[in-house]
Amino acid sequence: MKLLRTAILTAAMVSAGAAYGQVSDGVVKIGVLNDMSGTYADLAGAGSVLAARLAIEDLKDVVKDLKIEVVGADHQNKPDIGSNIVRQWIDVDKVDVIVDVPTSSVALAVNEIVKEKNKVFLVSGAATSDLTGPRCSPNTIHWTYDTWALANGTGNAIVKTGGDTWFFLTADYAFGHALERDTSAVVTKNGGKVVGAVRHPFPGQDFSSFLLQAQASKAKIIGLANAGADTTNAIKQAAEFGITQKGQNLAGLLVFLTDVHSLGLKTAQGLIFTEAWYWDMNDTNRAFAKRFAAANRGIYPSMIHAGVYSAVTHYLKSVAALKNDADGAAVVAHMKKSKTKDALFGEGEIREDGRKIHPMYLFEVKKPEESKGPWDYYKTRATIPADQAFRPIGEGKCPLVKG
Amino acid sequence: MVQASEQAASSAPAYGGRSEMIAFALMVLVLAILPAFVYPPFLMKALCFALFACAFNLLIGYVGLLSFGHALYFGWASYFAAHLAKAGTISIPYWAGSWHWLNLTSGPMAPELAILLAVLGAAFLGVVAGSIAIRRQGIYFAMITLALAQMMYFFAVQAPFTGGEDGIQPVPRGHLFGMFNLANDDVMYVFVLVVFLLGFLLIYRIIHSPFGEVLKAIRENEQRAISLGYKTDRYKLMAFTLSAAIAGLAGAVKPFVVQNASLTDVHWSMSGEVVLMTLLGGLGTIFGPVVGAFSIIAMQNYLASFGQWVTIIQGSIFVLCVLLFRRGIVGEIANMFRIKL
Amino acid sequence: MEINLPALFGQLLIGLINGSFYALLSLGLAVIFGMLNIINFAHGAQYMMGAFAAYFLLQFAGLNYWWALVLAPVIVGGIGIVIERAFLQWLYKLDHLYGLLLTFGLALIIQGLFRHRYGSSGLPYQIPPQLTGVRDLGFTFLPNYRAWVIVFSLAVCFGTWFMIEKTRLGAYLRAATENPTLVRAFGINVPRMITLTYGFGVGLAALAGVMAAPIYAVNPTMGADLIIVVFAVVVIGGMGSIMGAIVTGFGLGVVEGLTKYFFPEASNTVIFVIMVIVLVTRPAGLFGRAA
Repeated sequence: MKLLRTAILTAAMVSAGAAYGQVSDGVVKIGVLNDMSGTYADLAGAGSVLAARLAIEDLKDVVKDLKIEVVGADHQNKPDIGSNIVRQWIDVDKVDVIVDVPTSSVALAVNEIVKEKNKVFLVSGAATSDLTGPRCSPNTIHWTYDTWALANGTGNAIVKTGGDTWFFLTADYAFGHALERDTSAVVTKNGGKVVGAVRHPFPGQDFSSFLLQAQASKAKIIGLANAGADTTNAIKQAAEFGITQKGQNLAGLLVFLTDVHSLGLKTAQGLIFTEAWYWDMNDTNRAFAKRFAAANRGIYPSMIHAGVYSAVTHYLKSVAALKNDADGAAVVAHMKKSKTKDALFGEGEIREDGRKIHPMYLFEVKKPEESKGPWDYYKTRATIPADQAFRPIGEGKCPLVKG
Repeated sequence: MVQASEQAASSAPAYGGRSEMIAFALMVLVLAILPAFVYPPFLMKALCFALFACAFNLLIGYVGLLSFGHALYFGWASYFAAHLAKAGTISIPYWAGSWHWLNLTSGPMAPELAILLAVLGAAFLGVVAGSIAIRRQGIYFAMITLALAQMMYFFAVQAPFTGGEDGIQPVPRGHLFGMFNLANDDVMYVFVLVVFLLGFLLIYRIIHSPFGEVLKAIRENEQRAISLGYKTDRYKLMAFTLSAAIAGLAGAVKPFVVQNASLTDVHWSMSGEVVLMTLLGGLGTIFGPVVGAFSIIAMQNYLASFGQWVTIIQGSIFVLCVLLFRRGIVGEIANMFRIKL
Repeated sequence: MEINLPALFGQLLIGLINGSFYALLSLGLAVIFGMLNIINFAHGAQYMMGAFAAYFLLQFAGLNYWWALVLAPVIVGGIGIVIERAFLQWLYKLDHLYGLLLTFGLALIIQGLFRHRYGSSGLPYQIPPQLTGVRDLGFTFLPNYRAWVIVFSLAVCFGTWFMIEKTRLGAYLRAATENPTLVRAFGINVPRMITLTYGFGVGLAALAGVMAAPIYAVNPTMGADLIIVVFAVVVIGGMGSIMGAIVTGFGLGVVEGLTKYFFPEASNTVIFVIMVIVLVTRPAGLFGRAA
C-alpha cells in the first residue's frame, strides 16, 4: 500500500517538475501572519487579511488565470509560534508567500525560514531595519516602514525644535532595541544627547516605575521605543503622574492611527510621529478607507494594512508575469526589477537590499476642536521625499549590496 | 496524587512485565511507521514532550511530588543546547575582588556535545532547586517549585545569551557525531526517536529497581520509610535530580527539532502543560505521559486556528480529569483490563 | 552611591501601591487556604473578573466606580460560591494537590474565555473623577488615585483581620478550620461557612481587581503573572496567618520598590529570591506555624 502510494507520488512529482513555468500545485497561496488577538490586533490582525483580499479583488483582470487563496494565522507575538506556523504552512499547506508579520523578533525568525525554503516574505508590520541590513535576504522585501525611517523623521524633527536631551523607554525585544539604536544615532548626529534608557518587558502593563526613572533623568524628551498598547499605556500613565506638567515631553516613536483612536484626541493631541500612509491624504485613499472600514467593524486602515495591499498587488503582478511562484528568489528579483504602482502608495521602487522606497510623512495629532469626525486625527506637518526617507543603501551592511 | 497512582500500581501486578513489554513493542512499532503518514517535525516535537512528561511523571507518579515548575529544566536545557550549538561559548562568573567572567569559546558545538552539556546543566539546576524545594511537602513543595521556575523565567528574560523575547534562532542542526546530517528530517527523526526510547527505558529501569521501590515506599508513607532507616530526603533529591536531567534531555533535543529556543519553554504555562499531559495520560503509569503528550500536542496543532479555545479546552481537561477521570487514559485502560501499564 | 531622594521616594510609593495589591490578594488566598486547605490558583483570574465586572457595570449599566467597588466583589464572589458548590466540594476528601490542579484548570478556562472575547490589548477604564489629579508632595508627584488605593487597601485588610481575629464569626471560622467535626456538633453549619468563606476570598480578589482597573488596563491576562508572585508572598508570610499575609504583602511591595531604585534588573526576581532565603532559614514562613 505504501509502495503504491510512493509510486503515485513520485509520478506526480516528476510530471509536475516537467511542467516548468507553472504555478506550484496550481494555487498561489498567500499566508497572512500577524497578531490576531494581542497588542497589535487592531493595527494588523484580521484587517491585514482583508487588505490582501481587497488587493486580489482590485487586480481581477491581471490575475484572472491564477487561482489565489488567502490564509491567516495568529503568531501571538512569539517567534517560536510564528516559526512553527510558517514551517508547517510551507511544508504541508504549500503556502507560497508570507505577508505582514508585525513584531520584529518573529519577522527575523520567519526571514530565515523563508530564505531556507526559497519562498517569498513581504514584511509590512515589522519595523527592525535589520531586515534590509545585516539580515537582508533575496527572498524578503521590507515594505511599509522601518526603525531607521521612523527615527529619521521623528528624531530629526524633534531635535531641531529644541528637544536635545533624550531618555528612552524601550520595549525589550528586537524592535525596541532597533528603534532605540536608530533614534539615538539620529539624536547624536544632530547634536543632541541621550542621557539614559530603561528596558521594559514586552508587552508591559505598569510603566510607573520606568516613567519615574525617566522623570528623575530630567531629559527634555522621553522617547517611547515601543508600540501598540505599550505606547498608549505609557502615555496614559505619564499623564497620570503629571510628567508632562513638569516640563518633559513624550515622543511616540511608533504610533498608529488605532493608537490615537484608543487614546482619544484629548490625551493624544500634539503628539508628533512619522508614518508611511494616512487615509485622509487623497481621494483614492479615502475611498479605500471607507471600503475597508465597512468590512472591518468600522476600524479604519492603518499604514500596515495599506502596506499589505500594496505588497500583495505588486507580488501578484510579478507572479502573473512570470507565470511561476515556486522560486521565491526569482519572484522577488522580478519585483525588484519592476517599478511598483498601486492605488495606495502610488509609484515607487524596490532597492537591491529589499527596501521598498516611498515618501514618509511627519504627522501631528489634531486638537479635539480641529477634528471633523471620527478617525480624522492627523494633520501633515512635513513630507520626507522618498530618496531621503530611508537609510542610504550603503550604510546598511546588507551582504546583497555589492561594493 | 497518592490515590491515583496507588490504583494504577495495585491493579493486578500479577501480569507485571508482560503487558508492559507488549505495550512497549507496540509503541516502538507505531512510532517507527508514523512518519510515513504524519508530518515528521510534528512527531519529533511530540516525542520531546513525551519524554518531558515521562520525566515529570517519575516525580509525581512514583514519588508523589508535584513539581509545578518543571519547565525550568526543560527550558533552560533548551537554551543551553541552542546557545552551545549556535555560539558555543560558556561564561563562568568568578570572584577576584570583583565579579569577572571566564569565557570559554569552542565555536558552534556538535549536537551530541551540546545536548550532553545541556543535560548536565539541567541536572545541576535540579540539584539546587530540589534541595530548596524538598524542605517543604505537598502543596508548599508545588508552590515553591512554581516560584523557583518563575524566578528563573525572569533570569531568562534578562540574560543576554537567551535573546530575551527574541529567543535563540536559528539553531543549526549540525552533524551528529560528525556523520549524520541532522538537517535531513528523516535522520533527525531517527535520532529523536532513539533518544526518546533510551530516556523511556532509563525511567523504566529506575522505577523497577530497588531505588524505585524505596521511592514508591516514600510515596505511600514517608514516615514509615524514615522509621525503616531510609534517608528519605536524599532519595527524594536523587529522584528530583534524575527527573530534572531527563526533562533536560528532552529540552536539549527540542531546539534541534524546531531550530529555536524561546521564553515559551521556560514559562509557567509550559509547566502547566506537562502536568496536563501526564494527568490526561495517566499519573503513575509508564505509558500515560506518552499518550497524554501526543494528545495535547496534536490538539494544539489541529486546533491552532481556534486561538484561545485551546487554552479553554486544556483548562476543561484539567477540571474533568480531576473530578471524574483521575486515572487518565492509560490508567483507565489498565484498570479495565486489569493489567499494568 | 548618591541617593536621589525624590526618585527613591517615588519608587517607594509605587512599592506601597504594588504592596497593596499583594496584600489584598494574599489575604484572600490565606483566608481560602485556612478554611478549605485549597490553593486557589484561580485567584488571579478572579481578580481579573473583578476588573472586568467594573468595566461591564460601567459600559452596560452605567454604574460608576463606587458602585463597582461594592457590586463587583459581590458578583464575582457569587460566581466563586457557584464554583465551590460545583467543583471544589468534591475535592475535600482528596489529596490537596487536586485542588491546586482543578483551580489551575479553572483559571485557564476563565482566562481563555475572556481572551477569546476581548483579545489581550486591554480595555480602558477611567479613574473616577473624584480621585483624579495629582498631589505635589514636593519630593514627588503622587496621583490621588494611587493614594486612595493604599488607604483603602489598608482599611480592607485591617477590617478583614479584625473580623477574623476579634469577632465571634471569626472565632467560628477559626474553630472550624481546626476541628470541623466538633464545630458541627455545636450546630454550626460548617459546609455553608466553607462556601461563604470561599466566596469571601474570591470577593477580596475581585475588589483588588476593581481597584486595579483604572491604573492597569483591564485585560484578560492581568492576573496571570501576578498570581505567582502572590504565591511567593504567601509562602514567605506563612500560610494560614492573616496578619502574616498582610504584613508580608505590604512589606514585599516596599522591598520591590527599593530594588527598582537600587538594582532595577533584579526587581522582577527579588521576591522569589527572598522566598528562597526564607525557605532555607525559616521553612514555615515568617509568620507561619511549623507545618
